[in-house]
Amino acid sequence: MSNFFKDTDIDTSQAEAIVTKTLKNCDDGELYLENHKSESIVLDDNKIKSSTYNSDQGYGFRAVTGEVVAYSHSNDISKESLRKSSENLKDTLKSKKGVYNHEIPKTNSKYYENINPIESKTFDSKIDLLNSVNNYLRSKGSIVNQVTANFLGEHKSIEIIRSDNQVLKDDRPLVRFNVSVVLDKDGKKETGVYGVGGRQSYDDYLKDGSWKDVCDEAFRIANVNLESKPAPAGEMKVVLGPGWPAILIHEAIGHGLEGDFNRKKTSAFHNLMGQQVASEGVTIVDDGTLHQRRGSLTIDDEGTPTENTVLIENGILKNYMQDRLNARLMGTKSTGSGRRESYKHVVLPRMRNTMMLSGKYSQDEMISSVDKGIFAVSFGGGQVDITSGKFVFNCTEAYEINNGKIGSPIKGATLIGDGPSILKEVSLVGNDMKLDPGIGTCGKAGQGVPVGVAQPSILINKMTVGGTKL
Amino acid sequence: MIRDQEFLKDIASYCIENSKKLGATDVGVKVIHSVSENVSFRNKKLDESNRADSFAVNLTTYIEKKKSSINSSDLSKSNLEKLIERCIDATKITPSDENNSLPDKDLMSKEIRDLNLYDETHYPNDKKIEFLNKVEETASTEEKIVNTEAGFTENKNNFILANSNGFLSGYKTSNFSSSCVAVSKINGAMERDYEFGSTRFLQDMMKPEEIGKIAADKAIKKLGPKKIKSEKIGVIFDKRISKGILSTLASAISASAIARGTSFLKDQINSEVFPNSINIIDDPKIEKGLGSQNFDSEGVETNSLKLVENGILKNYLIDTYYGKKLNLKSNGRSGGTTNLYFENGDLSFKDLLNLEKKFLYITETIGHGGNIITGDYSVGASGFMVEDGELTYPVSEITIAGNFKEMFKNITLANDLEMKYSTNAPTLLINQMTVAGK
Repeated sequence: MSNFFKDTDIDTSQAEAIVTKTLKNCDDGELYLENHKSESIVLDDNKIKSSTYNSDQGYGFRAVTGEVVAYSHSNDISKESLRKSSENLKDTLKSKKGVYNHEIPKTNSKYYENINPIESKTFDSKIDLLNSVNNYLRSKGSIVNQVTANFLGEHKSIEIIRSDNQVLKDDRPLVRFNVSVVLDKDGKKETGVYGVGGRQSYDDYLKDGSWKDVCDEAFRIANVNLESKPAPAGEMKVVLGPGWPAILIHEAIGHGLEGDFNRKKTSAFHNLMGQQVASEGVTIVDDGTLHQRRGSLTIDDEGTPTENTVLIENGILKNYMQDRLNARLMGTKSTGSGRRESYKHVVLPRMRNTMMLSGKYSQDEMISSVDKGIFAVSFGGGQVDITSGKFVFNCTEAYEINNGKIGSPIKGATLIGDGPSILKEVSLVGNDMKLDPGIGTCGKAGQGVPVGVAQPSILINKMTVGGTKL
Repeated sequence: MIRDQEFLKDIASYCIENSKKLGATDVGVKVIHSVSENVSFRNKKLDESNRADSFAVNLTTYIEKKKSSINSSDLSKSNLEKLIERCIDATKITPSDENNSLPDKDLMSKEIRDLNLYDETHYPNDKKIEFLNKVEETASTEEKIVNTEAGFTENKNNFILANSNGFLSGYKTSNFSSSCVAVSKINGAMERDYEFGSTRFLQDMMKPEEIGKIAADKAIKKLGPKKIKSEKIGVIFDKRISKGILSTLASAISASAIARGTSFLKDQINSEVFPNSINIIDDPKIEKGLGSQNFDSEGVETNSLKLVENGILKNYLIDTYYGKKLNLKSNGRSGGTTNLYFENGDLSFKDLLNLEKKFLYITETIGHGGNIITGDYSVGASGFMVEDGELTYPVSEITIAGNFKEMFKNITLANDLEMKYSTNAPTLLINQMTVAGK
């Protein structure tokens, strides 16, 4: 039974009747209900800076006909509010001749437990741990200038009511634990940031003192950056480390392979299906089915079970990521990639865990093959212009490479490249694929959703490094 | 329809009374209602309509110097009762912080001035559709434009901010915005550009034909870009992005960054940070201003501030908490700047472009490559080469880099300031930045 109509003036069967009536002659649509609880506890500057609990509930009612989407959302779950939304949808879609597509695949798989991470660790023990983080890092010496640490936890329950009384449900836990440290040495300040997370309880990531590893990593990065010198400027070879640097794949390729941009022909990839878009050793998938990963989903936000979608296989473009609307208009099937930030947002095709699979080379082989270039180990974030294909990301830990050897660390610099051509510049693919630590959030059309990335080390023949040293 | 003040006041008072009953010594609360209607178009056809009706309560309770907060979208008293209890429970076990407090009573806003921030006009969706049709008709006139998207959003907001010291105030605001994105194509390669208008009053909105034409012209001009070679060169920032320099300044002089010691402008108060011709103002009391407000997010009165006078940094942006840390009074900037702008420079746009034989003119940056702690800056960019005062050819896939400390000292402003956003700057030149390209 639905929990959403408890304490309201409407019951499930009445809601189902409104949905079925509203979506008559529409191609698709649903009533999406969501209950979202989240917390944020922040330690900063030696103090618990804030502790916040958020409780949000509401619905988004969607009707789709042809290419047109009508959407109405509210946090008032009541007969009157649903009736108004229904009117609003019918008003927008004046002439509709659609045939509702009832088909939606079923699944028995589950990729995470239904736990509420907020309640599964006491408030006291969270405060204690944050204080321990502060003490631990500050005990590393007087160069520690600032420590920030925070818990972000959430539990989201969703329910999708489709025409003809089909009801689909999912309960999604998500946590993230972050540490940021600022070091000050001889007047020079640098930051190091590290975090972990996924769809389990906090303690699954922090037990047995593993929170110290998070602190140590943030401290190590800041320390490396204290020794950094100005980054070079210009085109050169770039070796990317395994794991989180795969946001390169996310920005350069991932967004361009989302169904909407290709249906609208605004992606630089829209006419490249079946063609060679990457070097032969390159295979890239988008996988929603990895257990407990940040980007995983049992069903997407339209109710479609997620899958492991092959995007590029041995360099050949194989599939786009699809939600139901774009799949229908492009004559294909949803890949379980229909996602939304919340009930306040429309569904868009989005990434889940985007991964480049391992090849056969070692990282050492890559570095020793470079005369002059950089070795990028960690990144802050990235951005892409879908249409021109140009993308950037910012290094937060990088080194120069001289004559096949790793040299000094270099200051944070932006790297810029061209999406459709960058993967052709990948000359070596490493044998060391690694998943990111579970911290990524992807932004598109103002909506943020949790995602994951993974890749092995790769060698890129030519990229522009945006430093200050000519 | 947007709910009235009485409805919001009732909820705010309920939250304060109940929190006090359960043991809160101080309480701050904000209750918001907003209704938003958006229509979007693609290639001259309706693409999406979206209606949003949202409530929010943000409550902070204090027990002496302990503090905790809750946010909720469910305004029912049964839900609020449960959440208030949870908030008080968390407050009790949160460690004290001597700087936690409501703002000083004598700093609170006393009277509400009508700043003309609310236009009650409702622009029905049919009218929005008509408007967007005109936008896209104009945008798609040129053959090189292969795709257009346009949107129109109408927003109405009402809020009440209250605290247990007796402050209780709020007002309605409205916003109308329209945008057009055009995609141009030549020889299989595409470029994208946009135009955007945002106003408090419907009557002040740009003409749809203007929005469409500007977006299309800009997208066509970008076609066939070249990657230039790496060099040191003067970089001119188009008005669309020059305001970003002010946003950086605002982050660097926020009391939190100063108090935490994490700003490249720490200890620079009363020092020369910009050339002595430069003045920077933050004025919350501009009629119809997109950043205008009567008081800040804590209810503290806000007045116009000269942040930079003759190149000298004169003020930080101060809220109550970090003000206490710095031994300074709040200047009504909890929540940041309001209408922030550079006063105009002396040179016309044309004269600025003619200062040297060659410049790089940047119209767009991508990435988040600004570091407030070190001042280091490196972002992806696209724009045009300027030779002998003329834009000669489009440029892309390059980066520009420098350090804000030096960049700020090397700014020259044009005199073409327009108040189009809440943060506004004229076209500006920064001498000697590093461009990385081929």
